[in-house]
Amino acid sequence: MEHSHHDSHPLPFWRKYLFSIDHKVIGIQYGLTSLFFLFFGFSLMMLMRWQLAFPGKPIPFLGKFFGDGRAPGGIMLPEFYNELGAMHGTIMVFLGVVPLGVGCFGNLLVPLQIGAPDMAFPKLNMASYWVFFLGGLTMLVSFLLPGGAASSGWTSYPPLADIATIGQTVWLLGMVFLITSSLLGSVNTITTVLQLRTKGLTFMRLPFFVWAQLVTAFLLLLAFPPLEAAGILQLMDRLAHTSFFLPSGLMVSGRPIEASGGGSVLLWQHLFWFLAHPEVYVILLPGMGIVAEIIANNIRKPLWGYRSMVYSVLFIGFMSFIVWAHHMFLTGMGTVISSFFQATTMIISIPSVVILSCLLISLWGGSIRTNTAMLFALAFLPMFGIGGLTGLPLGLSISDIHLHDTYYVIGHFHYVVAPGVIFALFAGIYHWFPKFTGRQMNEFLGKVHFWPSLILMNCIFFPMLIMGLAGVSRRLYDGGLQYLHAQPVLPLNRIISSSAWLLAVAQLPFIFNFVFSIFKGKKVTSDNPWEATTLEWQTPTPPGHGNFKTVPIVYRGPYEYSVPGASKDFTPQNEP
Amino acid sequence: MDAIPYTITPREDTGLYNARLGIWLFLSSEVMLFGALFATYVILRLGALDWPRGASLLSVPLGTFNTVVLIASSVTMVFAWVSLKEGNLGKYRLTMGLTILLALLFMAVKLFLEYLPKFRHHHYPSENTFLAIYFTLTGLHALHVLGGVVVNAYFWGPGAKMWHVEPERFTNRIEIAGLYWHFVDLVWIFLFPILYLL
Repeated sequence: MEHSHHDSHPLPFWRKYLFSIDHKVIGIQYGLTSLFFLFFGFSLMMLMRWQLAFPGKPIPFLGKFFGDGRAPGGIMLPEFYNELGAMHGTIMVFLGVVPLGVGCFGNLLVPLQIGAPDMAFPKLNMASYWVFFLGGLTMLVSFLLPGGAASSGWTSYPPLADIATIGQTVWLLGMVFLITSSLLGSVNTITTVLQLRTKGLTFMRLPFFVWAQLVTAFLLLLAFPPLEAAGILQLMDRLAHTSFFLPSGLMVSGRPIEASGGGSVLLWQHLFWFLAHPEVYVILLPGMGIVAEIIANNIRKPLWGYRSMVYSVLFIGFMSFIVWAHHMFLTGMGTVISSFFQATTMIISIPSVVILSCLLISLWGGSIRTNTAMLFALAFLPMFGIGGLTGLPLGLSISDIHLHDTYYVIGHFHYVVAPGVIFALFAGIYHWFPKFTGRQMNEFLGKVHFWPSLILMNCIFFPMLIMGLAGVSRRLYDGGLQYLHAQPVLPLNRIISSSAWLLAVAQLPFIFNFVFSIFKGKKVTSDNPWEATTLEWQTPTPPGHGNFKTVPIVYRGPYEYSVPGASKDFTPQNEP
Repeated sequence: MDAIPYTITPREDTGLYNARLGIWLFLSSEVMLFGALFATYVILRLGALDWPRGASLLSVPLGTFNTVVLIASSVTMVFAWVSLKEGNLGKYRLTMGLTILLALLFMAVKLFLEYLPKFRHHHYPSENTFLAIYFTLTGLHALHVLGGVVVNAYFWGPGAKMWHVEPERFTNRIEIAGLYWHFVDLVWIFLFPILYLL
């Protein structure tokens, strides 16, 4: 076989690190790329926050670098603000959080946790990363186009997106790359989990993380194609001048546009949200999986209600396909449809609450270790809790009339994604770092990273909930300066912006810690420094080609901590 | 521990080898892609003031001819796989070659007898939403046919070397390519009535 052949020869550099087919190298490639994009997307937002806190004032230091087309005299133009907004959303979702949770953690851990030598299709895995990379590059390059990058929001609603500058076309091409990449990745993950589980690893012995990745992969597999279809239709609208999303009699700037008409703007929204609601769970589930692993390990007892968590995650996966139109209550699609989607939305909150409750109840009676990874995992629970609960008023079509398109929405979903999922991803980095580098990250710097981040995240997103309740629209270039009803809450804009910039400073200890620990971190003395039960810790550190020295055989469930009568407080899955 | 298991032989509990599961997953994704476009067709048609009958703009005889051609290519594709199961590489080359030729015939009819005459008479996708969805659906389908031709041509030519080293694995590959090819055929069987007949 090709694989054993590879082992006998050392591979050249470009095959080992660049065009590698080893799932661990690809996972790390995904990780580094998405960390870069997370930071880049964050920077775009920090620029926007200047304009919101100090509308019409020149951007300090950086203003002069953007040129007259974007910021004459250092003052941000509305078009530039739109460009930043659209690309912040796109980059954070499709190039930051999802590839970190799915591409990086999924790739690194799924084969290890199921006792497999690699993913089922290593070459597809490599292709998936490089297509993703091309997609990211396309998005970056689009900033250099005349008229700049896409500026119609990350949702690209027509008719605006149909008539936008060329950046939108390139955005669509970039999305085609990203969708292709996630298609290849999800086929690979599902096949790997179903086919390569090692002997004895039955479905109810899978770590919760693997379940979360499996459901995520199904969502990516089935929800992304409708967006690809929508993207193709929008490309046709833009390039072949069709009218899929252009209604008859559309006027732009007082003039009728030259198109046959007959299209439907709601069609785009349906196709877009058919992806983008499951996408919320694509963002969330890997984070939940990470948190479950870290909590189980650091409470030294089994997760409470593992089975109900598994059934809940499956139910979430199924339900996430029939809630999408709760993003569209205000489009006039009718009360009957609204009632249906309102009901499904209320139902889908139940399994999320079940999972969160299981994790919370698990803490009861545990002897909790509070290392940095655990702190981030613990913070995930209340932060995601706030994010989830603030979603309920948005899911009810009546209260959504007031809250729709206000800062409340921004506060809500950022609570889910930023202090929720991104904290979970940080937790994962601190937790699994030793397995792949052989060194630990510094605990003190980790805590210097954690506490300010936790406080600042809340200083950013909680005021947004208040502004939203006061009725401030999320789409205002001046942050609400012109509006009477926004005046009482305007000072919050400066608190939010200052907190956001301080949050960037609070990430410096992490960046330093990450780089420093790769080379100089404290070496781990054991292959299993956290005394964990799951299979990834039973490999050499770092795991070599083929991962396991011998094929592991699984005898027990994933979280057998503190088994009565056992000699130590953890019993690995492969211990007879 | 090196080799990835179940690349050729099926796993006992799933009854599938890896690639066979992989292609079914890929096809399920494709169903969602074309499903979304078919849904688009329905929504546009329901919302349209008047919708042309397909036959008034498209040639039903040409569409019927192409349907027969594509079904025939699916049949030859099955024969290609069966001939490998029988261990007959010569018959495989013949039937696989026929599959490719039939696919090319389909493409030629589509391009030279349908698309180009439309363009010559200034019927573009921008004319109305019927032509827009017609060109989008058939164009995307044609891209899938093209992809199938490229893959099948590779397996007919240089890819067939694998037969002499790992005959079972090569047979599996043809089965996978065949499943994809039948899917492409199936999409056309839905496209033809809704665009040409209804």
